[in-house]
Formats: sequence, C-alpha cells, structure tokens
Amino acid sequence: MHVCQRCVSLLLSRPLSAALQHSTRALHQRSHLTLLQHSTRHTLSQRHSRQTWRHFADHQAASPDVYNKIDLAQKEVVPLNSDVHRIDLDAAVHTSPLQEISEEEAVQIQVPYALPPESSTLRPYVDKSETLSKLVQLGVNLWKLEQRPNVGSMLVRLDFHADVAPSLLFLKDLGVEESKLGQLLTKNPFILTESLDNLEARVSYLKSKKFSKQSVAAMVSKAPYLLNFSVERLDNRLGFFQKQLGLSAEKARDIVTRLPKLLCGSLEPIKENLKVCELEFGFRGNEIQHIVTTVPKVLIANKRKLTQIFDFVHNTMDVPHSLVAKFPQVLNAKFLRIRERHLFLEYLGRAQYQPSQPNYISLDRLVFLPDDVFCSEVALATLEDFERFQKRL
Amino acid sequence: MAAQAIRLFRKMDGLFAVYKPQGVHWKHVRDSIESNLLKGTLNSCPPPAPQLAVQFQLLSSGENSSSSKDLALSPTMVPTLADHPLVTGPQFHKVHVGVGHRLDAFSSGVLVLGVGKGNGVVKVCYILYDYTLEGEFGKATDNFTDTGRVIEKTTYNHVTQDKLERVLAMIQGANQKALITYSQVDLRTQEAYELAVRGLLYPLGKSPPILMGLRCIHFNPPHFSLEVQCVNETQKYLRKLIHEVGLELRTCAVCSGVRRTRDGPFKVENALTRQYWTADSIIQAIAHFHKTTLGYLTNHSGKGTQDKY
Repeated sequence: MHVCQRCVSLLLSRPLSAALQHSTRALHQRSHLTLLQHSTRHTLSQRHSRQTWRHFADHQAASPDVYNKIDLAQKEVVPLNSDVHRIDLDAAVHTSPLQEISEEEAVQIQVPYALPPESSTLRPYVDKSETLSKLVQLGVNLWKLEQRPNVGSMLVRLDFHADVAPSLLFLKDLGVEESKLGQLLTKNPFILTESLDNLEARVSYLKSKKFSKQSVAAMVSKAPYLLNFSVERLDNRLGFFQKQLGLSAEKARDIVTRLPKLLCGSLEPIKENLKVCELEFGFRGNEIQHIVTTVPKVLIANKRKLTQIFDFVHNTMDVPHSLVAKFPQVLNAKFLRIRERHLFLEYLGRAQYQPSQPNYISLDRLVFLPDDVFCSEVALATLEDFERFQKRL
Repeated sequence: MAAQAIRLFRKMDGLFAVYKPQGVHWKHVRDSIESNLLKGTLNSCPPPAPQLAVQFQLLSSGENSSSSKDLALSPTMVPTLADHPLVTGPQFHKVHVGVGHRLDAFSSGVLVLGVGKGNGVVKVCYILYDYTLEGEFGKATDNFTDTGRVIEKTTYNHVTQDKLERVLAMIQGANQKALITYSQVDLRTQEAYELAVRGLLYPLGKSPPILMGLRCIHFNPPHFSLEVQCVNETQKYLRKLIHEVGLELRTCAVCSGVRRTRDGPFKVENALTRQYWTADSIIQAIAHFHKTTLGYLTNHSGKGTQDKY
C-alpha cells in the first residue's frame, strides 16, 4: 500500500482505543481543516460531503498528539479563504504517493479504521471498541440502549478499564449474578457512570438498615435504578413506608425487598393510592396494612384500573370488604378475566362467594387458576362451553 | 434465515376474525395481535449468519518494531459483533395489520383484521353486518348506554311484545323505502322487481345507515333484545335506534349491549377469543378463511343492474 509520507508521520503508532475517546463532531471539523493543508485543488464547502470524507478517510484518526500536531500545523498553514495559492505545489516536502517504500515500513503503517464520525446506531463501533464488545458479550442489549437519547455516545466514550470494570466488579461483589448483569445494564446504563464512593455509601446505608446481603443483591437486580438514588432519598422513602402504613421495621423491609420499585418512584402516586383505598373504597387501617403486606403492587397500581376492579368486585359480585381484604390478589388481576369468569359462574348459578354458604368459591381460586383447571374444578363445565359463553358477552 | 421469514409472511397474508371483548378499544386489539405475530413467528426465525471479517494476527513473538525483519501475518475469519442480535435488534419491527370495520369500545363482537396483502381485500361490496342489541326499558341516559348519566326515568308496564313488534315493523318499513331510494333502481323494471322480491337490493355509493332486517328475539320487560341486519351503520346509531324504539313506545330505553354477530362471511363461531390470539392460531384461521373469502367474493360481485361493482 502506498501512502503519502506526510500522513505516515502524522499517524504513526497510535493505539486505536485512544482514538475512540474523542468527540467525533470536533474530529469532523479538524479533519476538514487538515484537508486544506494537503490539497488545494479541492474546494470544500463548510459542510463536508460524504464523498470527499471517504476519499480522505485516512486523515480521520484522532489522538491528542495528532490534535496537537494538527493544531501546530494549522498555525503554519495559511487560513481557509485567503492566499491558498501561496502554497508551493512543487515543494520537496510532498513526496509522491507513487514512491515505493520497503515492505517493513509498509507493514508497520497502522491504517486507522475509517470510523464514521456520526452514526445513528452503535453497529460501526462495536467491533472496534473494547467497551462495547465486552458489553455485548455480557448480554447488554445495545440496540435498546441506543434508542435512548445520548446513551449511545456515553457508552462509546467509556473506557473499559477505567470506568466499566470497577463498576462490574463492585456489582459482582454485591452478589448480583452474572447472568442478570446484562439485563441490569440494559435497564440502567448510568450505573457505570455513578462514582464508586456513592454506590458504596448507599449499599452501606441499606446494610445499616438491616437489609441482608442477599436481599440487597435481589433488590438491585429487580430495580436497576436503586443505587442511583441518594442516601437521603432512600431514607425518606423507607421512613414514609414505616410511618404512613404503620408497619413494623421488619414488615417494611419485607415489602421493599419484594418490590424495590417502591424506593425508586415518586411518592405522590403512592399517597394517592392510599387515599383511594381509605376514602373511596372504605377500607380500615388494619385492612390496608394487610393488603399492602400481601400484595405491595397495589401501592403502585393504576388508580383507574384498581377502582374499576374494586367497583366490579364489590358492587356487581357483592363481595364485602372483609373478603376483599382477605384475598387482595384479586385487586392485582386482569379486569376482563374477573368479569368473564364471574358472569360464567352466574350463568351457571354457581357464583357463591360467601364462605358460610355451600359451594363457596374463594376469590383467589377464581382469579389465579388457569382456564382449563377453572372450568373443570370450579365451574364444572367444559372449556368449549366457556369459550362459547365468552362469545355471548 | 430470511427465506423462512419470507415464507411466513406469505402464509400470513389474508383475513381473519377476532372476538373483541367489551370495554377494550379496537386499537389495543390490533396492537396486541401485531406484537403477538412478531413475537411468535418472525422474530423467532433464526437470524442470518453474521458476516465474517478478516483480521490479521501477527505470529511473531515481538511487538511491532521496525527492527524485526520476519513479520508473519495470518488472516483469520472472525464473525463481526456488528451482526449480533443484541446490537442489531429484532429483524422485523412491523407487520401490517389493519382493521376492516371498526367497533367502538362499548361494543363487542366479530372484528375482522387483515394482515399484509389481506388489507387490500377488506373493502368488499355486499357486506352485511348482523348485530344483537340488548335494551332495557325505563330509563334514558345521555349517551344511550346503561353506563351513562341518567336523564329520565319512566314506567314501562304498558309495553307488550305486540306493541314492540308493531313499532319494529314500522321502522323496518321506513328503512325499506330508504333502501329502494338509495339502491337507485327503478322498481317498474322486471329485473329490479325480481331483485327486490329475493331481497338482493343493496344501496349504491354513500348512504345513511339502512336496516335490512329487524326483529325482536327476546322480550322480558324491562329487558329485550333485537336482531338487526344493517349496512353503513355505526354502533352509536344502533344505540340511538334502541332509544327511538323506546320513544315510539311512549317510554324510554337504553342500550345495554351491542354485539356484532356477523361481518360478511365471518361469523361468531369462527372468531378467535382472547386465549387464541397467538401466532399459530391466527395463521390457521387465515388459511381456513382463504378459500371461503375467495368464494364469497366471486359469488357476490357484480350482480344484476348494479354493474358499478
């Protein structure tokens, strides 16, 4: 490969990973200016067209030295619009590209890979970036991450040994399984940019609140954004759950371990849900406590859907408050399912939800059994009958 | 492989019917069916083999220094990570699923969906829609349904089945006249008369909702149900119809259910319920209807004086 000697001197022996550290937009402008040094025949517009970029692709590699070199070279070179003709085309400095060089020199030329300065996907950078290839091998879904604004550029700029590896080791020490690491990073890539001191402070805070090591690891896997929140915020949330719900410390810990999303989101929807349960539904304090400890998802469920289910269960199915509090799983189920099954049982004459009466059907069996088991055991009918009935609704 | 996915796409071209549950917007039904199709079939096809890139690896022991004279480079083919599924994402993002004749959220019943090339076939002439309307005497609401705000309450003791059927016959008579007008046939001709006798008149071009058939199937005051065959209708018009039936009977009525039982060749027995909204059942249903829809189109296209179709 015959390469201009000047290019060789500029680009000699720079490792490629360093090349990826820099903003490719700035690179774009620098390369534009370097082109003026080397060719005066091409009149370039301010906006770089793709064809000319590809033609001068070997000028693209950037490194601190090269930048400095380019900067120095620029000061020597005459600026863009004026006095271009003063550069002597026949100067001995420019050796002809047809000049032959020896095999060893040719092999030593590191041709910088033509990485595009801008790209809407991470595909062109994956093979060349150590960070990105290691992340793919871990199982991180890069395609999902690049849809989010600015996350792609952030990942490309990370250095594996400086930023990513310490965070990964920290998570492994915490007890997060390796198979779950990929999912965790897909949901929350910003855990790699969070400083290790902060992460360690938050983990030690949780441990001081008597969360065991396994529960902390489980919480971090289930709620990837947990460790990005400050200690004050976590403290605020835990305090809220204990005070507002009137729960003991151990029960609060249990709820939070099972549903760590409670610590991540805002408290306003949770307060609204609690008000709805108390005022609109009419549950008493101890009933609400029991519901929340059995099914913590009620706290972050959609208010409208919750109201719809409760309205149907209480008013149409005539189930009293005490029974709903005893089987709060029904509030977590799909409304259409409850409706179809109840209407089917009513049509068959088997809709009996009072425990004192014969042929009593408990609410959790109504909701949780799969269709075929429900038909055979609870409704005592065939699956085809149920389907035919569904088409009559 | 791409070939497998292309074959699947061809199998999926066509129409099928789904039973839309009450309270669900038709768009949610369409979206969930599209995502089920993508998940079940297209994205579970094995992706194309990754491209191989050539990497030169140095076999010499020393580093790249100008002093070493014997540099041996060996080319190896290594699969590029750029084609890894975690980097490229799913192969297919969209399947073209279209809804034939929409059903609003309050109604339930047969909803015809077309996939791929089936979408072009959906708009076919001579489509009749069968509905079952359930009504309740005694109240009137603002949106003609039993879930709306009650405006008026009346007694209905004077209503008998006989009176109801008289009212329905009157409505049907008015609709027959409208049908003759909008079908733009001259009843004085022999062909038009024969079509009318066999009940094959159909409105040409744009027309208001016309009821071709109306009868009462169940009467148990305050509840009653009607069976309707209509053309160019909206579900709101049918609910208003119930309200008007009530008005004619000197009482008021609300609609407690609108169920579409037939949409052209698709009947309730053939509609898929929620547990069957998976890719395999859908492909089976499409294949099943492939012959029947073609037969329907050939039998019912371009009849008699209505040469426009």
